[in-house]
Formats: sequence, structure tokens, C-alpha cells
Amino acid sequence: MTDLGFQLKGSVVTTVLLEIQTLSLESILSQLKEKIDQVPHFFNQAPIIVDLSKIKEDVPLASFESLVNSLNHLGLCVIGWRCNQDDKPTWYADVVTPLLPASKTRSINVPEPVTTSVSPDVVVKTVVEERLVPQSTKVITKPIRSGQQVYAEGDLIILTQVSAGAEVLADGNIHVYGALRGRALAGVKGDVEARIFCKSMEAELVSIAGNFMLTDALQKIIWKEAAQVLLVDDSLEIIPL
Amino acid sequence: MKRPSGDTALAKIIVVTSGKGGVGKTTSSAAIGTGIALKGFKTVIIDFDVGLRNLDLIMGCERRVVYDFVNVINKEATLTQALIKDKRTKDLFILPASQTRDKDALTQEGVQGVLEELAKDFDYIICDSPAGIEKGAQMALYFADAAIVVTNPEVSSVRDSDRILGILQSKSRRAEEGKEPIEEHLLLTRYHPERVALGEMLSVSDVEDILAIPLLGVIPESEAVLKASNQGTPVILDTESAAGLAYMDAVDRLMGEERPLRFLDVQKKGFFKRLLGG
Repeated sequence: MTDLGFQLKGSVVTTVLLEIQTLSLESILSQLKEKIDQVPHFFNQAPIIVDLSKIKEDVPLASFESLVNSLNHLGLCVIGWRCNQDDKPTWYADVVTPLLPASKTRSINVPEPVTTSVSPDVVVKTVVEERLVPQSTKVITKPIRSGQQVYAEGDLIILTQVSAGAEVLADGNIHVYGALRGRALAGVKGDVEARIFCKSMEAELVSIAGNFMLTDALQKIIWKEAAQVLLVDDSLEIIPL
Repeated sequence: MKRPSGDTALAKIIVVTSGKGGVGKTTSSAAIGTGIALKGFKTVIIDFDVGLRNLDLIMGCERRVVYDFVNVINKEATLTQALIKDKRTKDLFILPASQTRDKDALTQEGVQGVLEELAKDFDYIICDSPAGIEKGAQMALYFADAAIVVTNPEVSSVRDSDRILGILQSKSRRAEEGKEPIEEHLLLTRYHPERVALGEMLSVSDVEDILAIPLLGVIPESEAVLKASNQGTPVILDTESAAGLAYMDAVDRLMGEERPLRFLDVQKKGFFKRLLGG
């Protein structure tokens, strides 16, 4: 364990992207207000990114700033903005709001609004960016002794035993290539697909996504034999390996 | 004789620990320390049980305690003044604990200073740990190169030993500095083959299975241990007793020699012995 007081991590956050189709601030705001009034909770303090990439003409700095101010006034939080990477407005470095890189994800192409129709000028799109962040597997080679606790963000592999009075936890699966005598909790962040595998089931407690079973119950099913624990329809199944 | 570490300036520090009290830490420290000294290594046994001094009684030197470990830490006495030379065994010294202080008198810097000074003169430093997992026990194990984990064949003692093994591997200097881990030895004491056969006690293999560390020795339950304690003689000097011989075997194994385990089987009483209730 490090003594560092913090951890730097990458994270993917879902936000609302406001893709501007017109420079008419008034129509944007009135239409947006209508949207907000339908689902006020969704928009309250919602982080929002202003996307100017669909605007063909030059956007004056004043228009952008008043747009940002008005959006914040509506109860949204403008956390950044985007524009065409090759066609940045001349003032792009002067605003406080961070300029974010253009999206790499394929956004659903919404047909350009037909100017003659009464279709809304503002389209609010939610673009969810998903990235696969590989969760590292933690491998432990020494026995986990009574009173010790080990947690893994991904899978946890223990090559020896887990003593009585020890606790092992993982967001993912737990493998114990020895006797499991302590407590093992897999899927602690709610992963119902997580499983526990051990070479000799002698656990004090096994749990998957919060569903647990104690020694007495385990002894009636499998004891001192290789076993796996999984969740089937909200109930724990202990099956031999 | 050659120094144990092969390195001329470094003594080997061995902690005798258990977690649980009353399992035989001090008896084992006295016996093993004496056994190592009998092999010709200059050995010192330090009593870390500040406030509950016992080692001096077991070693029979209680009337010769003038200065103690805490006096040396506080620089109120020199090591030479505080060390008690054993009268029976050459090359053996005792550093007694203070009876009037508590474990807070042990500071990490103070203990380190004393150990470093001792390391210049001695081959082996045996640290007799107090029970528990608090400061006193942690101080005793912090600087150790090897640990003898004293365990009785019953579940609570085994669990406490398991706990102390976890602390050895996480809170010792070797662990903190990422060095080679403390070498672990299991010493099973107060072993009663008859009660094991009856299923009233854990067997050697049960304990080995739970703790998963190499076995240094099995000391049978013996009246000789109590007798030796009361007389202030380390039981290892009683070469008539099974316990004394078993401790000698353990010391031999600690020195890297192979010794078969003995005194593990139920003594078959003969017909007459049974008849006479012997």
C-alpha cells in the first residue's frame, strides 16, 4: 500500500451535449426552457457541454458568452464546449469555459432541421461515451492471515489460503487456490455475475453482490471440498468444482 | 564459531511470539536461547514484557537484576551494567524487562539503538515477546529476522498465532522496507498425544494445515517444564525430560540440522503399569 493521499484515475462521465443549430439565443432559450419544464429534475444542476460544431457561420464571442450565462441561469452547469477542430473561433483561447476535444464516438446523425418546417431549432442529444477500462487482477501469493483484509477492484486471485478471521473482497471474482476459511465477498459493487472459486470450502461467510451465506448453511451443502459460489435468481448456489 | 548470518557485524534477531498468553513464550525463549548458547554462539535473551517481567524467574537470575531494558533505552544505565551473565551457560546473557514501567517506555528508536549495540557483540538476539498484538508485541517483532511462533494445539491459540503471522508479514521492518520476509517457524508446545488421540486437541497436522508454516518442533506437555520454571532452570538443561530433548531438537533444526519428530505417539502403557496406575 502506498501512503499517497490521493489516486489519479481516468473516468468516463455521462453528460448532456447541447448541440446548437442556430445562433438565435432567444429561440434556443425559450425552447430549452420548455424542455426543462417537462423534466426539471433531469436538468437541475446537470453538467452540460455546448457543441458549436453544427454552426457554419462564425460565432461571436459575445453570443457564446451570453449563451453560457443564460444556460447557467437556467440551472444547468456548463462544464465545457466543443467546436470543429479545424475551424475554431478566433477567441477560443480567451474563454474560461474549457474547450473539449471533439467527440470520437459516433453520434447518431440527426437530420438537419428543415428550415421551412416548424421542427425545433434545438436538439438536445445525450451522447454516452463508453470505454472499456480493463480492471486489473490482483494476485496474492502469501496466506491471508486472521485480521487481514484484501480488496481488489477487479478479480482477486489468492494462490494460498485465506485464514479464519481474514476477509477478502473483490468487485469481480475471487479465486482461492487453497482453503477458504475466512470471509469472501465477491461482486461487492453489485456485480451479480461475480463468482467465488475455492479449492476447499471452509468459509465463515461467502457473499455475492450482498447475498451471503454462513458456515452452518455451507456445511450442509459442500464442506472441505472444491466449490464455486454463484448467484442464480437472487439466491446463492454452491456447486462442486 | 562462525557467525550465523555469515556477516561479521550482524546478529540474527529472533522473536519468540504467539499472540495468545500463557502458551510458553518465555519458557521457549529461555530454552532456545540456552540451547543456542550451548552450541557456542554468543546469545542474549531480551525480555520485552515490560511491567510483567518473567524471564528472570525462568532463568533463575531474579536476584541479580539491577538495571533493566528500559534503563538502557533511557540511557540511565549502560548495556554492560544491565546485561546479566548466565551462571550455568557460557556465552548466554539476559536483558531483563522493567517491572515498574509499562510498554510505552519502549520506543522504536530506543529499541533499535539497544539492538544495534547488542548486534556488535552477539551472534543471536532472542526477543521474548509479551502476549497480545499491541505495542509491546509489535516492538519485539519489528526488527526481527526470524520468528518462532509458539502455539498450543487448541483453536484459540492457533487463531492468535495466525493473527501474529499476519502482523509479522505486514508490520515488521522487513515488511515495511520490502526486504526478504521474516522467516517463520512453528513451535507447538504443551502437546498431549493422548488428548490428541481422543480428539480433544488439534493434531500436529491440523495446526500445520491451518498455519501453513514450517514446523520447528513439538514440545510435549511435561511436568519437567513446571518443575524447571519453579527452579529457575531452563528446561532444555533437563536432558532426562522429553520436553528438554524436544527443545534441543528444535534448536538443532533452527541451526539447519535434520531431526525426526519424536514424543508424538501415545505412550503404550504395559499391563503392569496400567495395573499399578503408572
